[in-house]
Amino acid sequence: MPEKPDRSAIEIRNVSKIFGSGDDQVKALDNVSVDIRENEFFTLLGPSGCGKTTLLRLIAGFDFPTEGEIRLHGEDIAPLPPFKRPVNTVFQNYALFPHMTVAQNIAFGLEMLGRPKQEIEARVAAMLKLVKMEQLRNRKTSQISGGQQQRVALARALAPQPKVLLLDEPLSALDYKLRKEMQIELKRLQGETGITFIFVTHDQEEALTMSDRIAVMSAGRILQVGSPWEIYDHPAERFVADFIGETNFLTGTVKEAGNGRARLLLGSGAEIAASAASDFKPNAEATLMVRPEHAKLVKGKGDLGGTVQNIVYFGTDTHIHVRLDGGEMFIVRQQNARSAGCGFEEGEKVGVSIGDDAAQVLRD
Amino acid sequence: MDKTFSIQRMPGFATIALFCFALLYLPIATLVVFAFNDGSSIVMWEGLSLRWFRQAWNNSQVIDASIRSLQIASVAAVLATIAATMAAIATTRTRSYRGLTFKYAFINQPLMVPEIVTAVALLVLFSRIKVMTGYSGLGYLILAHTAFCIPFAYLPIRARLESMDLSLERAAADLYATPWKTFRRITLPLLWPGILAGFMLAFVISLDDVVITEFVKSAGQDTLPTYMLGQLRRVVTPEMNAISTVFLLISVAIVTLFFLISRRKV
Repeated sequence: MPEKPDRSAIEIRNVSKIFGSGDDQVKALDNVSVDIRENEFFTLLGPSGCGKTTLLRLIAGFDFPTEGEIRLHGEDIAPLPPFKRPVNTVFQNYALFPHMTVAQNIAFGLEMLGRPKQEIEARVAAMLKLVKMEQLRNRKTSQISGGQQQRVALARALAPQPKVLLLDEPLSALDYKLRKEMQIELKRLQGETGITFIFVTHDQEEALTMSDRIAVMSAGRILQVGSPWEIYDHPAERFVADFIGETNFLTGTVKEAGNGRARLLLGSGAEIAASAASDFKPNAEATLMVRPEHAKLVKGKGDLGGTVQNIVYFGTDTHIHVRLDGGEMFIVRQQNARSAGCGFEEGEKVGVSIGDDAAQVLRD
Repeated sequence: MDKTFSIQRMPGFATIALFCFALLYLPIATLVVFAFNDGSSIVMWEGLSLRWFRQAWNNSQVIDASIRSLQIASVAAVLATIAATMAAIATTRTRSYRGLTFKYAFINQPLMVPEIVTAVALLVLFSRIKVMTGYSGLGYLILAHTAFCIPFAYLPIRARLESMDLSLERAAADLYATPWKTFRRITLPLLWPGILAGFMLAFVISLDDVVITEFVKSAGQDTLPTYMLGQLRRVVTPEMNAISTVFLLISVAIVTLFFLISRRKV
């Protein structure tokens, strides 16, 4: 199939959702707009209560927006009930029908669509093969493990060949190893079926490893949409940088700005130039962010001076906590080499060197 | 040594327990034993025999009353269960709204109003209708039984609906099932044990009723309990014990079935 990367599968247009009324009113979604492309693994990422699940429920049809449009391939589906939308969901608790076998669960959607018996049988067989569950087709869903239930839930949602598959934190109930396996499995299924996946999670690592694009949400709004790389390396706001990965934040005043760059005067008197996520005026307050792995610790003078306070060994890398001369804490992550220490000692006077591309100036 | 507190080691525990058991089961045991008495006394043992069971079996009044009891109980339990199922769905599958608590009270009215009050009220109302329409069949008893059976059928059905995972119905809707298909294919099969339990409870309650039946029944409409009550006013023979024993067996069987079904996990 030729790729058409610019066609939208789902367009969310100025969608708001308000629960309750009067003083108890809660704005779960606040004028949200986003385009989700065809054949994309799209993740809604944010802390609990940020509105990501509400948005998913609006797309599924379990709830209706207070305002705005939800378009599926150009058609507004916001007023349609869930059973009229070519969208299927993998539920957080799987919601498998306990009185049916694995195969009956997978066949349910196709039966409701009134597909011919032969087609249903063929499709169920294909789905069982896709999720590697052929052996267990006649088991009751209570007789299989959590990971297997997860696969059945996926097969059941994929069987009617929906235009879009919604996944509501489907991996949160699995243990660490199984979760890692299912992450790869989900990625494979998305590739093989070519269906648009919309994945909801609060786990930033999960979002980074699986997604084509991520929308970071907070308090009912989408703060940034971008590839995992863009979100991680070029966060638009402090919240995004803080939520995804570990980050050092240093506050300061803008000395000069322009052409996507800014020079910042930090509290300790040091000056650092970095790329800027938005336009700044001189003398404005701003935040400098530096990922721990993008900074380097040096003997002698660096861009910032400080004292090693703590060394934490993590196996693959070491985190060195430095108390800067200005009083802030700064973490540097250093890849470990075989049979060598990190090269620094607690209490040692050190410099922190920040490369030209390593830092970024953010709005507060 | 296990030092944790155990009520079983409290002084007098065994005595109190034995006393309670005796209170519960001694009368029933006596009743059952004398059903097999060869003599015609219900207190003097004269040997083992099944003659009172035979006599009850050949007593056309007993058989008539039993059949009437079963007829009323079956029809009333079916009607009550249907009404209770609809009420339970209406009170659990809608968003909570003002007046919902009042509705619970409304449905459970028969549990709160003293039975004798309901009985008198029904007597007054039904006699009027009898005069106006001339109809004096079993319909009055069936209606009355249906009404007071509804809360008993309602409670287990509602409990089942409340413990059911709502995401199952949502999943069915997500998989293109219309609300009616969702009910038929998902809600109803999962609710079935609750409905059966509600039905059996209603059945037993109807079978057992004396007060309302006594007030509402027309001449010649004795159910087994009202027939037995009538007989007790005359000479009491072990025939009563025999009938009670069979009645007891049926009730215990139904209630046991009720527990087995309601315990079953889906």
